[in-house]
Amino acid sequence: MAQRKIRVLVAKPGLDGHDRGAKVIARALRDAGMEVIYTGLRQTPEMVAEAALHEDVDVVGLSVLSGAHMALVPRVIELLRGQGQERVRVFVGGIIPDEDAPSLKSLGVAEIFGPGTSTLAVVDAVRKAVAAARAES
Amino acid sequence: MELAARVRKGERRALARLLTLIENDDRDGLEALSALYPHTGQAHLVGVTGASGTGKSTLVNRLAYTLRRGPGSPTVAIVAVDPSSPFSGGAILGDRIRMHDLAGDPGVFIRSMASRGALGGLAAATGGLVAALDGAGFAIVMIETVGAGQSEVDIARTAHTTLVVEAPGLGDEVQAIKAGILEIADILVVNKADLPGADHAVRMLRSTLDTARPTGEAGPAWKPPVLPTVATKGEGVEELAQAIFRHRAFLGETGRLEQFRRDRARAEMEMLLRESLFAYWRNTHADGEFEAALERVLARQVAPRMAVEMLLAGRGA
Repeated sequence: MAQRKIRVLVAKPGLDGHDRGAKVIARALRDAGMEVIYTGLRQTPEMVAEAALHEDVDVVGLSVLSGAHMALVPRVIELLRGQGQERVRVFVGGIIPDEDAPSLKSLGVAEIFGPGTSTLAVVDAVRKAVAAARAES
Repeated sequence: MELAARVRKGERRALARLLTLIENDDRDGLEALSALYPHTGQAHLVGVTGASGTGKSTLVNRLAYTLRRGPGSPTVAIVAVDPSSPFSGGAILGDRIRMHDLAGDPGVFIRSMASRGALGGLAAATGGLVAALDGAGFAIVMIETVGAGQSEVDIARTAHTTLVVEAPGLGDEVQAIKAGILEIADILVVNKADLPGADHAVRMLRSTLDTARPTGEAGPAWKPPVLPTVATKGEGVEELAQAIFRHRAFLGETGRLEQFRRDRARAEMEMLLRESLFAYWRNTHADGEFEAALERVLARQVAPRMAVEMLLAGRGA
C-alpha cells in the first residue's frame, strides 16, 4: 500500500490581501512531505469548507491578518462539522490577540501560530495532530 | 451504508473519501471502485494539457463555468494534477486558485492531485479517480495535467477529447513539432489570444497541423480545430465547448469511442497484469534470487535480458 500522505488545506478567509505567511507555511509543509492545497486570497468560509470537503484534507490551516478571526474561524469550523468533517484539525495563523486564543481553542482550534513561529514548530504540530486524529479513526 | 452506494447517492463526503482511498491504493477503495464500475462509461472525459503558464487552470475554470450554464447544464468534475517534489515527496497544489468562479455550485466537484513521482503529466491513480467520478455520475470529467510541456502523452490515452493549450510567444513552430504534442491534440487552444502574436500563433499552428498529424488511419479523419480564447474574459470559451461536443459526436458516429474504450481497457489490463505477474514472481521466489542475479549483471557476467531469462527458467542463482 502506498504511504498515506498528509493533506493540508491552506486558506486565507476574509479580505486582507497579505498571503506571504500562508505561502511560507505552505512551502514548509510541502518540504516536510505533505500535500498542500493552496486556494489563494479572499475566500469565504463557505469556499474554505467546500475545498476541504472535495480535497478530503486532514488539516485546515487558516491565515487571518484582518482581525476578523472571531467571525471567520468559528464559521469555518461550524461548516466543517456540518458536512461531517469532525476529524479535520484546524490551525490558525496570523495576528491573533492572546485574549482571543482561549475561546478559539474552546471552539476546536488545535493550535494558534503568531508572528515569529518557526516553520518547524508548525510542521511538528501538524504531524502530531494528524497522527492523533488517525489513531482515533 | 457501503461507500459505493453513498457515492451513487451523491454524497460528496463519501466521494472525497473514496478518491483518497484510491489514491492510496487502499483495498477498500479498490472494492468500492469495483462496485461502481458498472456505472462508469457514461462521462465524457476531457483532457487539458500544455506548458506551464498557458492558462490551463483558468481555461478549465471558465470552460466548466460555461458548460454549467449551457444546454442541459451538465455536471462537471475536475481532476487537477500538479507535480510532487522529487526531494520531499510533498506538493503544493494550486490549481484551485484559478477556479473560484465554480465555488458553491453543487454540480461541480474539484479535486487536486499530486503526481507522486509519476512522469507523463498524470499520477498513477488518475485513471482510478476519473473512473470513480464517472461512476459517481458526473457528465463531464476534466483532467488537467502537470504543465511539463513535452511529455504529457498519457493524457491522450485517458481522455476522449484532448485539448492542448498554447499561448502566444511560448515557442516557435519547431518546438510545437518537436513536442509531439500536436499529434495528441483533438482541439488546439491558443489562450491569451489578446496578447501580441496570437494571430501568428493560430496561423502557425493551423499550417503545422496539416503536416503533423499521423496519416494512414482508416475512415473519416478528425481535423483538430485551432481556437483562440481569452480564458480570463471568457472569450472563445463557448466555441471551445461546442468543439468538444462536436468531437464527442464524431467519436460516437465513427465508432472511434468503442475502439478507444477497447484500446484503453486493453492497455490498462496489460499494465496491471505486468505489475501483478511481477509481484507474484517476487512473492513466490526467495528474496535473494533477484538480488543475486542483479549482482551478476552489475559484475558484467551476464546481460540483463539473459539474467531475466535465467530467473524465469529457474536458473537464477
